[in-house]
Amino acid sequence: MKNRRDTGLIQNEPLIFEQGSEGRRGYSLPQWDIEEVEVNRLLPSHFLRKELEGFPQLSEMDVVRHFTRLSQWNYGVDNGFYPLGSCTMKYNPKINEEVARMKGFAHIHPYQPESLVQGILKLMVELGGFLSEITGMDQATLQPAAGAHGELTGMMMIRAALQARGEKRKRVLVPDTAHGTNCSTSTVASYQVVEIKSNERGVIPPRKIEELMDEEVAGIMVTNPNTLGFFEEHLAEIAEIVHRKGGFVYCDGANLNALMGIVKLGDLGVDMVHLNLHKTFSTPHGGGGPGSGPLAVKSELAPFLPVPVIEKEGETYRFNFDRPKSIGRIKAFYGNFGVALKAYAYIFSMGAEGLKRASEVAVLNANYLMKGLKGSFNLPYDRPCMHECVFTDRYQEKHHVSTLDIAKRLIDYGFHPPTIYFPLVVKGALMMEPTETEGKEELDRFIETMTAIAKEAEENPDLLRQAPTKVKVRRLDEVRAARKPKLRWSPNT
Amino acid sequence: MEDYLRYIPHTQKDVREMLEAVGVRSIEDLFGSIPKEQRLSKPLDLPGPLSEPDLIRHVQGLESPILTSFIGGGAYHHFIPAVVSHLASRSEFYTAYTPYQPEISQGTLQAIFEYQTLMCQLTGMEVSNASMYDGASSLAEAVLMAHRITGRKKILVSEAIHPEYRKVIQTYIDPEEQEVVLIPYLKKEGRTNEKALAQFLDQDVSAVIIQSPNFFGVIEDLKNIGEGVHKAGGLMIICFSEAIAYGILKPPGEMGVDIVAGEGQSLGIPLSFGGPYLGIFTTNEKFIRNMPGRLVGETVDLEGKRGFVLTLATREQHIRREKATSNICTNEGLCALMATVYLSCLGKKGLRELALMNLSKAEYAKKVASRIKGCRLTFSSPTFNEFVMEIEGDPENVLERLRREGIVGGLPLARFYPELNRHLLVTVTEMNTKEEMDRWANVLEKVLK
Repeated sequence: MKNRRDTGLIQNEPLIFEQGSEGRRGYSLPQWDIEEVEVNRLLPSHFLRKELEGFPQLSEMDVVRHFTRLSQWNYGVDNGFYPLGSCTMKYNPKINEEVARMKGFAHIHPYQPESLVQGILKLMVELGGFLSEITGMDQATLQPAAGAHGELTGMMMIRAALQARGEKRKRVLVPDTAHGTNCSTSTVASYQVVEIKSNERGVIPPRKIEELMDEEVAGIMVTNPNTLGFFEEHLAEIAEIVHRKGGFVYCDGANLNALMGIVKLGDLGVDMVHLNLHKTFSTPHGGGGPGSGPLAVKSELAPFLPVPVIEKEGETYRFNFDRPKSIGRIKAFYGNFGVALKAYAYIFSMGAEGLKRASEVAVLNANYLMKGLKGSFNLPYDRPCMHECVFTDRYQEKHHVSTLDIAKRLIDYGFHPPTIYFPLVVKGALMMEPTETEGKEELDRFIETMTAIAKEAEENPDLLRQAPTKVKVRRLDEVRAARKPKLRWSPNT
Repeated sequence: MEDYLRYIPHTQKDVREMLEAVGVRSIEDLFGSIPKEQRLSKPLDLPGPLSEPDLIRHVQGLESPILTSFIGGGAYHHFIPAVVSHLASRSEFYTAYTPYQPEISQGTLQAIFEYQTLMCQLTGMEVSNASMYDGASSLAEAVLMAHRITGRKKILVSEAIHPEYRKVIQTYIDPEEQEVVLIPYLKKEGRTNEKALAQFLDQDVSAVIIQSPNFFGVIEDLKNIGEGVHKAGGLMIICFSEAIAYGILKPPGEMGVDIVAGEGQSLGIPLSFGGPYLGIFTTNEKFIRNMPGRLVGETVDLEGKRGFVLTLATREQHIRREKATSNICTNEGLCALMATVYLSCLGKKGLRELALMNLSKAEYAKKVASRIKGCRLTFSSPTFNEFVMEIEGDPENVLERLRREGIVGGLPLARFYPELNRHLLVTVTEMNTKEEMDRWANVLEKVLK
């Protein structure tokens, strides 16, 4: 087979469609205890398909080997250090996975009568309460399936709240350090984005907000700490300016890992904040989801929360659909419960004390990393950071080595690269977030490696430009992928 | 007391050394950029910390009982082969981030490429994205995409699509730009009224949405369905909530459909009280650049070896920001992996056999139900694995009596369709044995007598 040349632990594996053979099976079904219907008599022929053309035919072990091999070409938090900035790649506790698989949760249908799911409803009400307590909000919905979904929910609520006042505003203020989702969410919610330039300290200057904020502006979307890793120190003042003109303050809670038990966003005038349970609250990222993006809001905005809302009446928990001001539904069923469950378990495991400790150590780790790398890499904003720090490739530029090369070289040393070329305000950014779950030795090893890479950039820059070499595939031709998109296997190619 | 320290490796000594290296005296000094008066003076009001055994004891108290169930309506109780959860539990998969660095993410990337291929094959379409949140949000994104392509206002939505999907569309659209027009279903057949639909087809139509099997379990007749829509210059969108049906049903792609949006929960993903599920989204090549969500494409590396990357990212939020086709970022990657493993196990024959078993079991349940006095099948059209029946009696009472026998007997439809206030949606999958169905029918008969 042309795609099967194995070398040690880097085993090759063709596509699932390129293996197996006619008639092989990897499944078993419950016994046929009723008669099989004659499908051709029951359904007209134009309802029926001929066959599942191209579908695999494999034995169970074929399938197991295939995906086990694939998994071995992947790098997860369980493999090693994953300093991806703004992604909070902390350890995913295993007990949480087990909790989510418990039958009384995993096998429960979303339309199960409420009387049979009181524990589940209670759990969700409690989790909403915990998240509100952590952020200083009054009520939370667990319905959004991911961070960007939470953002969309929030911006729709702002639109609805303005409408209820008889107002229609056109614009939303978004700082230049924002995640791309903030901008696209504003657009999807039918707002124009006005970009705010951050100042020389890397934060939003209140003066700018004063200038831009008027009765046409629905509000501001801020991330705090922002993506440069700095606390938005003027947020309270900014919130006051925005509120004075009738706008709302939306906070992107992607970076909450720096603030638990330290400060409550609600105390700073934030009106609503979404949380990425798959970042701050330790649920795994799954190689691109599922996430969960609960949205916590102040009571003024609560009437606009998506339906249903879970409520406690006496000793009974129930879904309330009767919410005339609600923006409506945003997902077929109520939230990614299986993910929320893991966050719930995490909060119980940590307690108030543990969450605060997590934030403290996350910030300590980031500062330690910053200090350790300062000599070797350019630090555009040289002051203490919160949970993440941003370097650039400026020192390496003269050797014709770029951020991308540095990132790829890290792979050869067994690390996952940091977030690169983001935030956009920093040219050639390397954005690093160590999280609290990495110990000192691991950070030391990373600093040592990065220092060695900086040296390599001077002495043997080709090592970086050619990297990575110790992987299954080398650098991939992304231009080709985009120019002639091949997005699926087909038998003819 | 400090059980949480199992997740934070720093000893007192580490912390001391690190503070010293950073050049501050205490951890508090690191938070100097936060104005003092804003910092919390008392601890958060939260439970815990709990040890692992205590945590288990606590959550066990919150579990729900598992009863024999005949409910579906967009989420289905199917058997999940042990292989699926075992492989999805490989932590190289589930503890990885979105595959932005392709050289160390080939596992995720190849699996998604395979997923995209399987979804194309299942729906008969040319391209698939890497997944959306769920069936409802996938459909809502399809509506937004149709609007981007046609620039038109009206969306004709069959009343027989999942009522929650309808609501999600309503939430997603900007009422100043788009409007939903409901197309009624035929009261006898339970299918979308095509004649009524034809009357609404005009120059304002952006898209027509039909679900098959629809919310009543009825298989819609999709032959020629797209013709009128295309003639009017609109797009045809098909959605579904029960993917297993396409083990036997003709794929929408063979009927000139433009976008298929569906729910993939049935493909190896546990019920989990409503999520995480899997939003399937497929379309045709000519619309690639208007698609929402991530795409994985094949390419080669420096040495000419085959490899996979995220591609066409210029549609996406992290590159295009406010000009992106959607704001979606994190999707349902691991659920897509589970579906890929599931379908790899079932394969060509298995999915077909499973679909036939679902169909046959539901036919058996229809047969026993139709013999019960006080119980009548509502619609005459062929169904897949669920059906609507009317009962003589208050559905809530009847269901309560069934519950006392350990059976969740069906989904009352009054909440979704006021005119179906004595009706239940009954779902039967391969997990319901003949014995269970007989018991369900016996209790029902007793209650209705």
